[in-house]
Amino acid sequence: MDDFMTPLLSIKNVNKQFGDGCDTCLQQEKDVLIKNFCPVCGTVYSCQDITFDLYPGEVLGIVGESGSGKSTLMRCLYFDQDVTSGEAFIRSYKDGKANMFEESAQQKRYIRNHVLGKVYQNPLLGLRMNFSSIGNIAEKLIAAGNRNVGHMEDRGRALLTHVNIPTYRMKEAPKNFSGGMQQRVQIAKALSNNPPILLLDEVTTGLDLSVQASVLDLIKQLQRELNISIIIVSHDLGVIRMLADRTMVMLDGKVVEQGLTDQILEDPQHPYTQQLVHSLV
Amino acid sequence: MAYVAVRGGTIAIEESIKRLKFERVKKGAIATIPSIEGGMRGLIDQVMSEGSLYSETLAAIAIKQAEGNPEEAVFLLRAYRSTLPRKHYSRTIQSEDMLIERRISASFKNIPGGQVLGATPDYTHRLLDFDLIQETEEEARQWLSDFQEIQEKESDLRDLIQYPKVLDYLRKEGLIADCDNQDQEPDDVTRKSLEFPTSRSQRLQVLTRGQTGAVTSLAYAVIRAYGSVHPTVGELRVGEMPIYIDNPINQKTEEDDAYYLGEMKLTEVEMLIPVTVEKERGKKEIEFEIGYGICFGQNETKAIAMGILDNCLENKNPQYPTSDEEFVLFHIDSVESSGFISHLKMPHYVTFQSKLDSARKTKRQENASQKESNL
Amino acid sequence: MSAYNFAFFDEGSKREIRRATLKAIAIPGYQVPFASREMPIARGWGTGGLQLTLSLVGKEDVLKVIDQGSDESVNAVNIKKLVGKTTGIRATEETSEATLIQSRHRIPEIPLSEGQILVLQVPLPEPLRAYESSELVTKKLHGEREYSGAWLMLFEQIMRYGNMSTGADHPVLVHDRYVMAPSPIPRFDNPKMNRSEALILLGAGREKKVYAVPPHTQVVSLAFDDYLFQTESSAGNSCKLCGATDVFMDEFVHEETGETYHQCNDTSYCLSRLNRKVLHQEVPLNG
Repeated sequence: MDDFMTPLLSIKNVNKQFGDGCDTCLQQEKDVLIKNFCPVCGTVYSCQDITFDLYPGEVLGIVGESGSGKSTLMRCLYFDQDVTSGEAFIRSYKDGKANMFEESAQQKRYIRNHVLGKVYQNPLLGLRMNFSSIGNIAEKLIAAGNRNVGHMEDRGRALLTHVNIPTYRMKEAPKNFSGGMQQRVQIAKALSNNPPILLLDEVTTGLDLSVQASVLDLIKQLQRELNISIIIVSHDLGVIRMLADRTMVMLDGKVVEQGLTDQILEDPQHPYTQQLVHSLV
Repeated sequence: MAYVAVRGGTIAIEESIKRLKFERVKKGAIATIPSIEGGMRGLIDQVMSEGSLYSETLAAIAIKQAEGNPEEAVFLLRAYRSTLPRKHYSRTIQSEDMLIERRISASFKNIPGGQVLGATPDYTHRLLDFDLIQETEEEARQWLSDFQEIQEKESDLRDLIQYPKVLDYLRKEGLIADCDNQDQEPDDVTRKSLEFPTSRSQRLQVLTRGQTGAVTSLAYAVIRAYGSVHPTVGELRVGEMPIYIDNPINQKTEEDDAYYLGEMKLTEVEMLIPVTVEKERGKKEIEFEIGYGICFGQNETKAIAMGILDNCLENKNPQYPTSDEEFVLFHIDSVESSGFISHLKMPHYVTFQSKLDSARKTKRQENASQKESNL
Repeated sequence: MSAYNFAFFDEGSKREIRRATLKAIAIPGYQVPFASREMPIARGWGTGGLQLTLSLVGKEDVLKVIDQGSDESVNAVNIKKLVGKTTGIRATEETSEATLIQSRHRIPEIPLSEGQILVLQVPLPEPLRAYESSELVTKKLHGEREYSGAWLMLFEQIMRYGNMSTGADHPVLVHDRYVMAPSPIPRFDNPKMNRSEALILLGAGREKKVYAVPPHTQVVSLAFDDYLFQTESSAGNSCKLCGATDVFMDEFVHEETGETYHQCNDTSYCLSRLNRKVLHQEVPLNG
């Protein structure tokens, strides 16, 4: 089959709940839920039956309000949390035949180190604040088996230059950096092993508008150069509009609408999407 | 030269030990074991508690040998303890059976059975009592016999009786939830080292063996600023607990075929800690959680502090180090902390020499690169 | 000392420690938790090593104890005294004669041979501790053979100082599986662990861990392809007393002349060389 037609990543029926559930909410009728919350036992159904594909070179946007489950989904994809149920297949990993959620902890680490890169909203989660910036990048390279300081230094320098961190600050720790710079170091770190898939979770939230714009520009530029596939999560439809080819809209743990970004912006079907699109104007 | 390179370490040690004995006896008066047992109850209780071995006489010997230094005395007791084989395990004790000497609740004025003040320095004025300089054993004996005479006359037979637990009263009221009995065999931290996450029995053992000062300081940090716990003493009781073992000969023992070993004085504390609990349909209610503290002897501050830390470690609030079980449990043991701190007195010549080599290498490199850039 | 059993412990305790030791030997470099006892010497003063020694010692054994290379250091003497008192076994300063060698921070200069056991005292057994403070996490990292942290620490040193700046306790990879803290031996001693003829046991009393390098096991000091592992340089120094050059040396300053001079750190090695000279007049005396 054509490379462009085979998904790089296939997510099937992913569920993530917090709480054990009870007789009421475990029945199929999830109508009993208030939003994603079971009023009887307090279980939260953060992701319900999420299924989607990510194609090579594509940017997939996931938009939704806070609490819609989009960040939980990202945490599950990067193994920061375990899914309750569901499957995920990566084309380049074991011929796309192994459900990555069921792999051993060691294998999951391999996938994180070789196939995925992630940028967190909170740089504290993605960076070692007291290590040098170049050390942060080297960490991922070392994890992927690199044992050559010269190579790693070159690669780190190239990446940091690429994300506009001046060479003379490479050996500085990210804790000394501004929020925008920290995000750029995180991006460089996430890209260090040339992962085919990059996960971006609210990367510009909380940054000044001008800084936001420069980070978004950087992502766009890198995506074009590297032809990397990206899943970007944001509550801000403006960010999604700027970057995403395709968009999924999440509400209360469910995907309520998906399609080409242009199409969703032009002709939103679900009332929640309509509301989002209106607020954009 | 340096004390490691000096040959004749054996002689040096022997001389040093003589010096130590000299320091202990140089004033020509020595503390006797009975005088330590008689007059140093607080220190004995602390040493037994941290030493994790209940024997007033052994504690007194340790205190004498250590010249009253508690960390050294605890060390002696612990080292002795590790040579003792386990012959028997006692029957489970129920603290309802405690023969109460003192029992208070800070939560309720009127607890069934009443508040029993017992012996406590809480209401003494901390003024140095210079009369103690002149106190003679004869006076003390006279005072004692007078006191006992009055006691016998006024005794209302309430002395040393069993009291209901304050918390049972609250349970009846429905203010605290019933808790299930946990009847599984407790882990023994002295037979198997800690692995994380720990069990509650492991946590309670490490806390009760903890250094009094360390346990107190960490719990103080919790209630002052580094923890969101606002506890009240539900009940504090001090008294003697009878200890029994099953008949060691006839293994198929009946309930009442037990051997009485003796009594241990214990301090037990149940702390009440209000928490918000989410109920059905998002309704919130305030309930009480319990923090449990117990230790050998009368050791009230430590028992209360232990109760606070027990609750912190149950709830694991990641915001505070006092809720991090590795942070708390790994650092409060007197023998471990004082041992590792004091090991810094040992010679580190080799490690230092090795570090020196690295430092010189760095320097050389820097000089070389400076020369390079000067060219 | 009659109040105490042979070798201080009761037999049950010795068996338990030996069980942990056997497990450690079966999984080279893996830190086996054990129920470390309180000992009559302070935690941090070699209680891990002492527990191993006492659990292994038999009436036939000949013991050598060294601290920082010296048989006569107060701490070594103290440990020797305790073992002697509770077992009555013979002590020696001669490395080749000892069946059991307990050491702090050094591996003797004379190569150890088959049948000997070297017990090293360990203050901090976790090579990843500086990178990650939680025991729960480091245990997982070992389980998953995730050692980026160990190399990252070295990488950071290179970034900062232009070279690996570990002093003693430079981490090693054992049998291509576990990264291990070799205890604070100088880097000079790391290569002696590789394919050692003798069994090497490491005991951390306060941290309650035992681990081992069985004979003939591969032990490699961590390094990078382009930044190789380096031992301390002796830079042409020789021992003022015996003239040895290829040994780990202590550095001294002459009190009157202010001149720097060196001596073998392994005092019994130095002494035996001196004795040989006196006996055979083979080597010309130096210094």
